[in-house]
Amino acid sequence: MLKHKRTGVLLAGAASLALVLSACGGADDLGGGGGGGGGGDDTETDAGGGASTDADCSAFEEYGTFDGETVTLFSSIREQEADQLQDTFEAFTECTGITVEHNGSGEFEQQVVVQAEGGNAPDLAIFPQPGLLQRMVRDGHVLPAPDAVESKVDEGWSEDWKAYGTVDGEFYAAPLMASVKSFVWYSPSAFEENGYEVPETWDDLMALTEQIAADHGSDTVKPWCAGIESGGATGWPATDWIEDVVLRSAGADAYDQWVANELAFNSPEIVEAVDMAGAILKNDDYVNGGIGDSRSIATTSFNDGGLPILEGNCFMHRQASFYEAQWPEGTDVSPDGEVFAFYLPGMTADESPLLVAGEFVGAFNDDEATAAVQAFMASSEWANTRVEIGGVTSANTGVDPELASSDVLRLAIELLQDESAVARFDGSDLMPSEVGAGSFWTAMVDWINGSDTQSVLDTVESSWP
Amino acid sequence: MDFFLYSKVGQMLLAVLALLAVVVVLLGGARLADRFAGRSRNFWAAVAFAGPAAVLLGVGLVYPAIRTTIMSFMDRRSENPVGLENYRWIFTDPASLQGFINTFWWVILVPLVSTTVGLIYAILVDNSRFEKVAKSLLFMPMAISFVGAGIIWKFVYEYRGAAQEQIGLLNAILVQLGFEPLRFLQDSPWNTFFLIVVMIWIQAGFAMVLLSAAIKAIPGDIVEAARLDGVNPWQMFWRITVPSVRPTLVVVLTTIIIATLKIFDIPRTMTGARFDTQVLANLMYDQSFTFGNNGIGSALAVMIFVLVVPVVVFNVRQMIRNREVRGA
Repeated sequence: MLKHKRTGVLLAGAASLALVLSACGGADDLGGGGGGGGGGDDTETDAGGGASTDADCSAFEEYGTFDGETVTLFSSIREQEADQLQDTFEAFTECTGITVEHNGSGEFEQQVVVQAEGGNAPDLAIFPQPGLLQRMVRDGHVLPAPDAVESKVDEGWSEDWKAYGTVDGEFYAAPLMASVKSFVWYSPSAFEENGYEVPETWDDLMALTEQIAADHGSDTVKPWCAGIESGGATGWPATDWIEDVVLRSAGADAYDQWVANELAFNSPEIVEAVDMAGAILKNDDYVNGGIGDSRSIATTSFNDGGLPILEGNCFMHRQASFYEAQWPEGTDVSPDGEVFAFYLPGMTADESPLLVAGEFVGAFNDDEATAAVQAFMASSEWANTRVEIGGVTSANTGVDPELASSDVLRLAIELLQDESAVARFDGSDLMPSEVGAGSFWTAMVDWINGSDTQSVLDTVESSWP
Repeated sequence: MDFFLYSKVGQMLLAVLALLAVVVVLLGGARLADRFAGRSRNFWAAVAFAGPAAVLLGVGLVYPAIRTTIMSFMDRRSENPVGLENYRWIFTDPASLQGFINTFWWVILVPLVSTTVGLIYAILVDNSRFEKVAKSLLFMPMAISFVGAGIIWKFVYEYRGAAQEQIGLLNAILVQLGFEPLRFLQDSPWNTFFLIVVMIWIQAGFAMVLLSAAIKAIPGDIVEAARLDGVNPWQMFWRITVPSVRPTLVVVLTTIIIATLKIFDIPRTMTGARFDTQVLANLMYDQSFTFGNNGIGSALAVMIFVLVVPVVVFNVRQMIRNREVRGA
């Protein structure tokens, strides 16, 4: 009897050990915890792929073949966009044998630092901020880009874009996707019903706002809606508002000085710009349609920020081109449809200041598989695949505008390739990450929550490292 | 070698072999210690059995503690010493002081309220018909992670404008009753207390389970004797129950105090520690990783440690005193 009991215990112990180990195992684990959701499954989509895999594999020959290697990719991309990102690697995985394990986190800007400093870095990371990339390079975590990657970037991107991925004269990270931020989402059908025209100057925009408030303003319906909540990155949409306004009210030169801290964060020009944005964002008559008052902007997620347009509770939502992915499936996004975007006007009709942004792919090691994935992501094949899946654009010159999944994105690509536009990269992404991914964000939350302009700007200025 | 490293079965076997190797080494060491006789025997037995654990503690606990303390006297990238500058910042910066004040409220309210709730609940359901079900109900929140609890309560507290439809449970009830919806998480200083409610919700079950066991351990004859003497429930509570469960009460209180001093997940998931809900542990995280200031982050870590030490010392002294009383 005792003997049976003992063998039983031993068997049970061995079985549970096996279960535990198989659960915790995995040769390439991201460890350290990348936070929330996003890791996309390998859905069977037709996007970017032809019928026969053999013919397609010739395009991937230059990356080599590997035997069941896994490359971990960490980013701040979640939900639908994460699934779409995972889909871009389908053909690549089939032809080269490298599985790309993507993990997206709302706490990316903090987690990537934690993981790198803890010795647990992913193989590749997608940095939405050149400022953060700089910090990782200076701390010695990100390695210079291999030659294959650099040559693809020289082929496909302009000098400006390559410069954003360059630190202290050496090239580290290839650009990935791009977005145009100077857009206002609106409902063409609602505008048509009410006889509203797309404004061509900032004053026209304010006049339109006043008009809508007079015609439709109520407790629930407002001219504008906005949301700035975004997990650990809460506040970033408000920084975009400010940057767009600074570019218009203070001009491109002042913008450059501001980003380099040659123009102080709390100087009168910036205060003026912030107050101009505040004329909309902090005015309870103008915001926050469908959700609440101005303070509710701080607790509304950026994904939900523009959705009240569909219910007719607000009329305009200032947000980048990538917001297209947030509209529910089946929404008609076209110049005469349910939603579309117009260009956020400059101060005068012939100025076209343009706020753009993009991500950059940095590598934490120089494994062959990592370098292969890095090169693929820098190529125009990847760019075309991703653009075709939909919802985004790329500044890669090899991108075929016809592949863009919507008219908004076609418009975005046109603006990106327009040489007369005064394009500037998102300022908070260029600033040191302690400010651009730190104090600027928290200052914006405080500002929306009720603090006055001068004191929040003073706080940011004093936090500049 | 590839088999061992790259397949799941291989990894499992490798782990089992590594485990066996460690066990063999430890038992071998114990065997050697067994050889000694006489007075040095105790010493060598201690080395053989406590040694490995002591080494791991040294590497994993003592060394980082020393290193963090040193880093707290250096600058943001731990390159140059700056003396007491970081500590000066902690005690003068308004955001940091807010963190101290909030943590103070957390440490006062969470242990007291959750222990009280746990104790009263344990007494009420003791020997009642629904005892098991009732205890499971209160204990269930402990099964959720703090982050999960934070997200659940975030929805409960959700706010929309007065004219909009409410999706948060509490605001929906308030609006039904005819009141204005409240911004539970956005309006300070009350938002801190609403966050504290979440942790009380989690910890009350823990307190209840331990105290329930302690109450059942009260010798029946004392209770009988008190009943014969004609005590009313209030006197029974204060004069019999509470003094009898005192050791457990102390353990529960100190455990919850230590857990509260480290609280991080709840403010982080519910408000991101914005709107004046900052607490020390989250401030440490923000300073170290978001703002890249290792000096201040380390100084905050040292502060939390300093605040926890008296509690732990008290706990240990109580345990020793109890051992003397029990005669163990």
